[in-house]
Amino acid sequence: MTAWRRFLRNRLAVVGLALIVLLVLSAALAPWLAPYDPTRQSLIEKRAKPGAKYWLGADEFGRDILSRVIYGSRVALLVGVLSVLIALVGGLLLGTVSGFAGGWLDTVMMRAIEILLAFPYLLLALAIVAAMGTGALNTTIAVGVWGIPTVTRMVRGSVLALRETEYVGAARALGAAAPALLRRHILPNVVPGLVVYATLFMANAILLEAALSFLGLGVQPPTASWGLMVSTGRDVLLVAPHVATVPGVAIMVAVLAFNLVGDGLRDALDPRMRGSI
Amino acid sequence: MLTFVARRLVLAVPVLLGVVFVVMLTVDLLPGDAVTLMLGEHATKDAVAKLRDHLGLDKPFLVRYLDYVGRVARGDLGRSIQQNRPVAAELADAWPATLELTIAALVLAAVAGILAGVASAVWPNSVFDALARLGSLFGLSMPIFWTGLVLIVVFSLWLNWLPVGGAGSLTHLILPAVTLALPSVAMISRMTRAAVLDVLREDYVRTARAKGVGEIWVLGRHALRNAFIPILTLLGLQSGQLMGGAVLTETVFAWPGLGRLMVKAIFARDYILLQGAVLVFALAFVVINLLVDLSYGLLDPRIGRQG
Repeated sequence: MTAWRRFLRNRLAVVGLALIVLLVLSAALAPWLAPYDPTRQSLIEKRAKPGAKYWLGADEFGRDILSRVIYGSRVALLVGVLSVLIALVGGLLLGTVSGFAGGWLDTVMMRAIEILLAFPYLLLALAIVAAMGTGALNTTIAVGVWGIPTVTRMVRGSVLALRETEYVGAARALGAAAPALLRRHILPNVVPGLVVYATLFMANAILLEAALSFLGLGVQPPTASWGLMVSTGRDVLLVAPHVATVPGVAIMVAVLAFNLVGDGLRDALDPRMRGSI
Repeated sequence: MLTFVARRLVLAVPVLLGVVFVVMLTVDLLPGDAVTLMLGEHATKDAVAKLRDHLGLDKPFLVRYLDYVGRVARGDLGRSIQQNRPVAAELADAWPATLELTIAALVLAAVAGILAGVASAVWPNSVFDALARLGSLFGLSMPIFWTGLVLIVVFSLWLNWLPVGGAGSLTHLILPAVTLALPSVAMISRMTRAAVLDVLREDYVRTARAKGVGEIWVLGRHALRNAFIPILTLLGLQSGQLMGGAVLTETVFAWPGLGRLMVKAIFARDYILLQGAVLVFALAFVVINLLVDLSYGLLDPRIGRQG
């Protein structure tokens, strides 16, 4: 049975995939889907409860929460995809160099990776944002850099294992250069693991962006970011709980979708890995 | 055993030195003049010069780094710019609250996660198993700061059972600890389920059952004890998650700990305080994982001797 068929037999994973398609559609079609301009304020309707006019209610400035949630999917997906790319490209480069070079360079790089991994979750991203300043771009970089160490380790591990195999040795003996080896032999072996990691990382990237924005250190107002929306709602939590809680559901659904697909991919690509990550 | 501990401690030193290096470097790469950023546009020349001197900003980066490391080794973490108090004193005020919160969360997560995971593994594909696995998926996907707010709405606003925030009594601890524990409960129960299922397939479990050992004894004596090593590794790694989560949880519940102090330090651009806080977190993380490594030896005598 092919990996794709195995994936489709996993009902939860298919639900996740459907949710991701919905998210992408909502991000792509935001201007047509959103009933209102996400920044349009209407102070007399501030904190309006969910109802006929505002399906999910209005926030502290009378902005339509549904429209902001729809536009927020753009921020979440964009920051997520770009930070995944940063983590993958950075990790692939560093991991290959480290694995191929070996010797002292490998040792130094691995020690550096260990140091980055010694930062508890969130703290490395916090330190980067504290130094570089807030905003969508810096948030993306902070989230992406946070993912580099893990990818580097995965890639280096594969390179080390493959370097010793006979077919890679044979390719080398035939005069294949490092880039060709990387493309023809190493990458095809790392990609399944990386695809799974990238999907699960996407879930974590969305969570991390939301967390940074919630703290006021990520995406800045008036951009509609889910984490930021929860943060604004927090001030009126006790009088209008829907302002903070509704956008959080969007975060949860998005993260859940990528987690489901990531789990499904892992089980489909390598049944032996089931439940191991 | 002692040499093993000593070796691991020695290995932890370069990691911590590296953490300080990375944090100082990120601050150093800050665009613009750090001192003007810290003091604001309207600071007097005198104040700027004083702070520059205090931070040693006129010296090269490496000299400053070595200076800082030297002073940290003597227990001097510098002075907080905002509060004009020693950073060590600020940290000493804040860390007990964070310790209380993270330990409460870790205990909660370990107990709930292991119980749920074992139950799932003993009755795989049962209704309980399905619910537990679905629950853990949600647990991993809920943003922790949002979970906290939802718990506040339910238990403080609607039911009026628990306080909205602050610290001081056991009732104050319940909501933050549960919030912080939830993602870890999910991770631990998943991991426990997988580990126990693996062990239950082992030959020695079959042998134990064949010779008539009771099911409870099989679980406690054979399965859990052997499944514990991966679970313990995960607990160590989860402590890092908990510290990061503490930053968010403390912000949501106005819990007077290190995480809130750190966020305040970032907003006030108090980089000396920030450096100190990050260092304490990293130190805690390293120490916890060292303890985890050491406890392997207790669970599995084969590991300790190889040290």
